[in-house]
Amino acid sequence: MSTGFVFALAGAVLFSLGVAGVVLIGHLLRRILAFNLMGSGAFLVLVGLAQRQDVADPVPQAMVLTGIVVAVAATALALALVRKLHALTGQLGLPGDVDE
Amino acid sequence: MSMSEPLFDPLAWLILLPLAWATLAFVLGPGRGAWPAIAGLATQCWLALDLAQKVGAGGTAAHVVGGWGAPLGIDLAVDGLSAAMLLLTQAVALPLAIYARSYFKPGDPAGTWFWPLTGFLIAGLNALFVSADLFNLYVTLELVGLAAVGLVAAGGGAQQVAAALRYLFATLVGSGAYLLGVALIYGAYGTVSIATLLPLVTDDAPRLAWIAGGLMVAGLMLKTALFPFHFWLPPAHGGAPAPVSALLSALVVKASFYLILRLWLGPLQAVLPAFAWLMALLGAAAIFWGSWQAIRAVKLKRLIAYSTVAQLGYLFLIFPLLAAPGAIHAGVMQVFAHGLAKAGMFAAAGVLIKATGQDTVAGLAGAVERLPVTMFAFGLAGMTLMGLPPSSGFLAKWQIIEAALAQGHWIIAAVVLAGGLLAAVYVLRVLRQAFLMAPASATLAPVPRTLEWSAFALAAASVLLGLRGVELMQLPGAVT
Repeated sequence: MSTGFVFALAGAVLFSLGVAGVVLIGHLLRRILAFNLMGSGAFLVLVGLAQRQDVADPVPQAMVLTGIVVAVAATALALALVRKLHALTGQLGLPGDVDE
Repeated sequence: MSMSEPLFDPLAWLILLPLAWATLAFVLGPGRGAWPAIAGLATQCWLALDLAQKVGAGGTAAHVVGGWGAPLGIDLAVDGLSAAMLLLTQAVALPLAIYARSYFKPGDPAGTWFWPLTGFLIAGLNALFVSADLFNLYVTLELVGLAAVGLVAAGGGAQQVAAALRYLFATLVGSGAYLLGVALIYGAYGTVSIATLLPLVTDDAPRLAWIAGGLMVAGLMLKTALFPFHFWLPPAHGGAPAPVSALLSALVVKASFYLILRLWLGPLQAVLPAFAWLMALLGAAAIFWGSWQAIRAVKLKRLIAYSTVAQLGYLFLIFPLLAAPGAIHAGVMQVFAHGLAKAGMFAAAGVLIKATGQDTVAGLAGAVERLPVTMFAFGLAGMTLMGLPPSSGFLAKWQIIEAALAQGHWIIAAVVLAGGLLAAVYVLRVLRQAFLMAPASATLAPVPRTLEWSAFALAAASVLLGLRGVELMQLPGAVT
């Protein structure tokens, strides 16, 4: 088992934990952290699987850099929305959805 | 290949123009930038039409960004399917921009950042439709998602911010699953270029490719709000300002559907057809559940949002039928029919809400008498959703039924017919209420004529397209 494969497996585990967190956790800050865990998991898989005979492949590294930029932007937007929601409702969880 | 001067390549300008007017609108400040947006969108319409004509005549177009090709650079490519999606995007966005300019009064907090966010959304959509590699598609998916979330939150109320957050988490999980799929594909084949993958992924693909296909499609289903992943759509589309709801329902959910279709017909064609009946089953469930919720909805925009859930279901009925060429035509026609009709219907709902001051079906009594143009627009859009001839919705549904019966899948034809009847129930529910006498106490606020007529133009286009559908359906024949 190469190191790359170990990284990829760890990435898959992190991704699953992250998804479970985003879906199951109610606290919004922790959900944002879970999303970041999920993203990092996907990045590890991307870099790890592409590493053949322990030689790094530059293309997925460039992709991960792009992915990190996207993840930072998404995190910033999520934090801004959570702050806004907290200012409006004083809550750090999502209120129920109503049609009335 | 278009060998024109790279600087004047329409393909690049379809992405650069909206970025330019979005940035200009941001620099001009809160609520400003409507005219640059309208001028930009008019030019984009012309570019997309020109591109569609070229592609329709049997060509394809490609562009290597900055002269740096794959694998480190970015390649853009246009075939019939992309050209059709580009055309729809500009054709829906232009009338909606004219609508939005009158909808958001100066100083309206909901319109503060509408123009920059819309520009970034359109740029993201156009870039998505021309991307030729799986990773660039991921980036454009995120651009579209983030801009759309910003637009949903624009209303600024607690319900809207909560809807935006719910939408944000759904869209991030969706694109995360897609990204993991891309990572597995790169691990298995060492490339993300759609053209390079096409011959590599064969029937004896490794298990990794199957998992990747499943992850990518599941993520995209979540982003397309296919039943049972539709939970985020009604609050997001129902709670946003009317021009935003129209953009989201008409265009944004179609982007992830386009990507599923692109993978299905392209690089993952050896893997994905295993899921065909699952997609059709969920599509049928979406039609029944969405229509039922629309029939029960209290709020008008909630009703229209649930109708989107139902209408998206039809798109997924085509997957078991793709062996016949009519199925792709039906899918593209349904994307256009629903795009135009739903944009027109949300726009009409925006007029009704402004006039009556409330967002309920019950509050519509007397609307036909006072706002005949708007109610006529609502009725025309409803005709398309029900699939009555000669509308484009009729053409789409008729094509699905024909493809289904030709392959002996009468059950799909039955679902389409039942869905049309259910659509009639919720559309007629609104029309019946609008035909009632207004209570003596009711007063209607005056509404700008531009709002009424741009809603009417979109709804009328959805009906008239049925008469000129043949040219459009020829376009995606050229899928590469």
